Amino acid sequence: MSSSRSDSRTDIDSAQKDAVTSSDPLRPSDHIDGDGAAITQPRLGFVGWLRWGWRQLTSMRTAIILLLVLAIAAIPGSIFPQRMADPNGVTQWETDNPDLFPVLDAMGMFDVYLSPWFSAIYLLLFISLVGCVIPRIKHHIKALQARPPRTPARLARLEDHREVVRPSAGEDADAEASRSIDVAQKQLKALGYRVERYDTATKSGRTYSVSAERGYWRETGNLIFHLALVGVLITVGVGGSFAYTGQRVVVEGQTFVNTLLDYESMNRGRFVGDDALSPYSMTLDSFDVTYQEYGSAASGQAGDFSANVTVRENGETREDAVRVNHPLDIAGDKIYLLGNGYAPTITVRNADDEVVYSNSVPFLPQDNALTSLGVIKVTDGMPEQLGIAAFLYPSAVKLESGAYASAHGDLLAPLLTLRIYEGDLGIDDGTPRSVYVLDTEELTPIVGDESGAPSIELQPGETAELPDGRGSVTFEDESPVGATDFTQSVKRFASLQVHHDASAVWVLVFALLALAGLMLALFIPRRRMWVKASVAEGSNGSDAKSAVRLEYAGLARGEDPTLGAAVHDLAAGHARLLDSSSSETTRK
Amino acid sequence: MPDLDSLSILFVWTAIAIYAAAFVAYAFDLARRSEVSADARLVREREAVLVGAEASSAGAAPAGTDAADAASEEPAKPRYVMARIGTALTVLGFLFQLAATVTRGIAAERVPWANLYEFAMTGTLLVVLVYLVVNTRIDLRFLGTFITGLVVVLMGAAAISFYVGVVPLMDPLKSVWLVIHVFVASLATAFFALACALSVLQLMQSRRERRLVEAAEKPGPKFLGTLPNADRLEGMAFRFAIVGFIFWTFTLIAGAVWAQDAWGRYWGFDVKETWTFIVWVLYAGYIHARATRGWRGNPSAWLSIVGFTAVIFNFTIVNVFFKGLHAYSGLS
Ligand code: HEM
Repeated sequence: MSSSRSDSRTDIDSAQKDAVTSSDPLRPSDHIDGDGAAITQPRLGFVGWLRWGWRQLTSMRTAIILLLVLAIAAIPGSIFPQRMADPNGVTQWETDNPDLFPVLDAMGMFDVYLSPWFSAIYLLLFISLVGCVIPRIKHHIKALQARPPRTPARLARLEDHREVVRPSAGEDADAEASRSIDVAQKQLKALGYRVERYDTATKSGRTYSVSAERGYWRETGNLIFHLALVGVLITVGVGGSFAYTGQRVVVEGQTFVNTLLDYESMNRGRFVGDDALSPYSMTLDSFDVTYQEYGSAASGQAGDFSANVTVRENGETREDAVRVNHPLDIAGDKIYLLGNGYAPTITVRNADDEVVYSNSVPFLPQDNALTSLGVIKVTDGMPEQLGIAAFLYPSAVKLESGAYASAHGDLLAPLLTLRIYEGDLGIDDGTPRSVYVLDTEELTPIVGDESGAPSIELQPGETAELPDGRGSVTFEDESPVGATDFTQSVKRFASLQVHHDASAVWVLVFALLALAGLMLALFIPRRRMWVKASVAEGSNGSDAKSAVRLEYAGLARGEDPTLGAAVHDLAAGHARLLDSSSSETTRK
Repeated sequence: MPDLDSLSILFVWTAIAIYAAAFVAYAFDLARRSEVSADARLVREREAVLVGAEASSAGAAPAGTDAADAASEEPAKPRYVMARIGTALTVLGFLFQLAATVTRGIAAERVPWANLYEFAMTGTLLVVLVYLVVNTRIDLRFLGTFITGLVVVLMGAAAISFYVGVVPLMDPLKSVWLVIHVFVASLATAFFALACALSVLQLMQSRRERRLVEAAEKPGPKFLGTLPNADRLEGMAFRFAIVGFIFWTFTLIAGAVWAQDAWGRYWGFDVKETWTFIVWVLYAGYIHARATRGWRGNPSAWLSIVGFTAVIFNFTIVNVFFKGLHAYSGLS
């Protein structure tokens, strides 16, 4: 057996050519098993050039190169911050590298995966893929209906071959040869092979043989895999046009209604109409969080976040929760918990002690200990508009410098510090302004900053007078009656994301299909087997006419490391079957 | 009650020391092999003939019987005493590392792969496990230096630079997907590691074969004479790579499913996602290359090596230095 392996390549090739038929999978010509026809330059003018170009594009080499280029092209997106994943990072990068930024931005370095050059690469790859796969599908459908190919004349030339001469038990070696092939045919069929008998008569006598083939699923799997990738690409692309994502910050006690107006921001796919949002509403009843205790190994690490909500949908009310890893499903929307923080309730009164402002304002967390920054804009009821920039320290500690910091995320010793400015907030001129940003350029500081008066410092429940009798500001204590500490004195907010994408499940289906196809394509061996029997002439038996020569051969179509073992097992199994059937015959 | 985590660290260092000893034994083994094949000039000449013949039937030679064939051509077993010692030490090291990983898991009261230190621990454990299991079927002890070397370096780096104490999980990690996704990713890495090692040897072997045919003075390291031929090494590398590739494909899909729950979208080109994708595409390229005329052989071996380099890059550099949502290294 191992000697046949050292046959020269051309011998094997010619034997394989014998065996190669249209039931072989179709391959690009530069495939290892392809026809090897060089893609020569055409002399046929425009159409010829087109055909030549198409063959280039659908060759294996092109597929490899495009795959490698795709891998390289994906790298910059992991080095530079991307607008789609990290818009703040992009702004930061721009601030840090003002000179380089425009150049790189023009090259699409901050939108790599949406850039024309990146799209060009994967589109070319998929065109190549489709161009490669379609003819293969046509071909494979035919192959699935074809019969196994004729038995090659000289099986001994195949890579895995063995030969056995069995002394014949009965008189008629010819009949015995024929019967042994019947047995082999049944055996192969039971092993899952598609089988076909090829008996021939030559001058030297009759030859019986069975030709068998298995592993059509290998090619089927390969095609399923490649097509499923196209399916993934298309569902991702199409799905995006029907998807929407909105963000909304909800403070404990507030209700959010699922309408366009109630979102802080909303990204809609091209085909999402104004009426696409399902009517439901959701009240944030409470927000839970637990902290690792002060002084423990992960002191201050927060976890077990849970936004407990009451959902009203179709006139029904139910209670549920939005947690990390456990989005809430409502009417085909998925609601995610993106972030959380404190929303101190602040009340401002004017000189006449009338409430001009009272609100729970979401503060943006600045660090892990939830030092939070908030902005309050008092637009009416005061002689001039007031802008307040406030810091909340949930567990305030005074640093040596005199500044405050927070030592822990929980409300162990909450402290609110306020800087207050007076002037025109610029809200009325129509320019959109973020509620989280206070532009102090045009304003006059009256408390803190350069006003001369120190910042106001408040604990929950405390009130401070504004300078020059303008009124007062209060940090409301939201603790329930009977509370003994500050831990519930400030309301929390949850930052929610509402996401609707009906295509996600299809993307998953195609991805799993690809995985299944891949396993078929890589693990199912595609192979041919032949068993041939003839009367052994002049063999070493005592009676020349009473022996049967049996030949077994296998041919791999594609990667098949176990072929040798399979041929060996086939021969051994066949011998056992013949032994038992001949002992039966003798018993008769 | 003893501090389980300290015990775990003790086991880790013991395992590292034993692996280092295994590395030395395996290195001696390779050196011994060189001597043996140098002793027998005849062997070498015979090989030249064999290799030449086999090289010409490249692609047609089935890898079915693998090293078994090669071994049967070799005279006696005692030559591999050092390899045996190496393997015995590797098994011992494995047991200590297993103990280290399990005690860490008990100490943390969860699966022991939730930060970079633990990924490294479990990942290298799986590399060794796969290596040992495969060795019961085909003789791959010639990869011993590579495997133990890699594991010593990764474990050492993890124990020195990546160590973090036991802390509770961050919310996004509290998911069954932590168990599945990360574990399968580590498993894929183990198979890719073996494939890479074989591809490196394949390149060395094919260089040697070429030089033998050219009858060059110094064909290359002599121990290669006791290894399967380049063709067969390539076949083995390919088989490990495709198993790894299937696990990796699963990791990619499972990661997307998890991201859908944890981050609100299944794919967002987060750095870690991007690198996982890059690795996947590189190996897809490798699989194609293996089936393409002019790419089978050395070029595809290079792709396997590049692919594994990207895996290691993803695992170390990306985890430590790149900023993204996957900030679970536990290092700050
Ligand atoms: C998105 C791009 C592509 C990816 C990710 C990809 C991936 C793969 C993978 C993983 C395999 C191995 C599994 C199997 O045999 O089914 C494979 C095989 C194959 N691919 Fe692709 N492929 C891509 C595009 C293409 C293109 C453009 C062609 C045509 C030139 C192509 C032709 C083939 C062929 C002929 C095989 C079988 C190789 C063999 O005989 O072992 N693929 N592909």
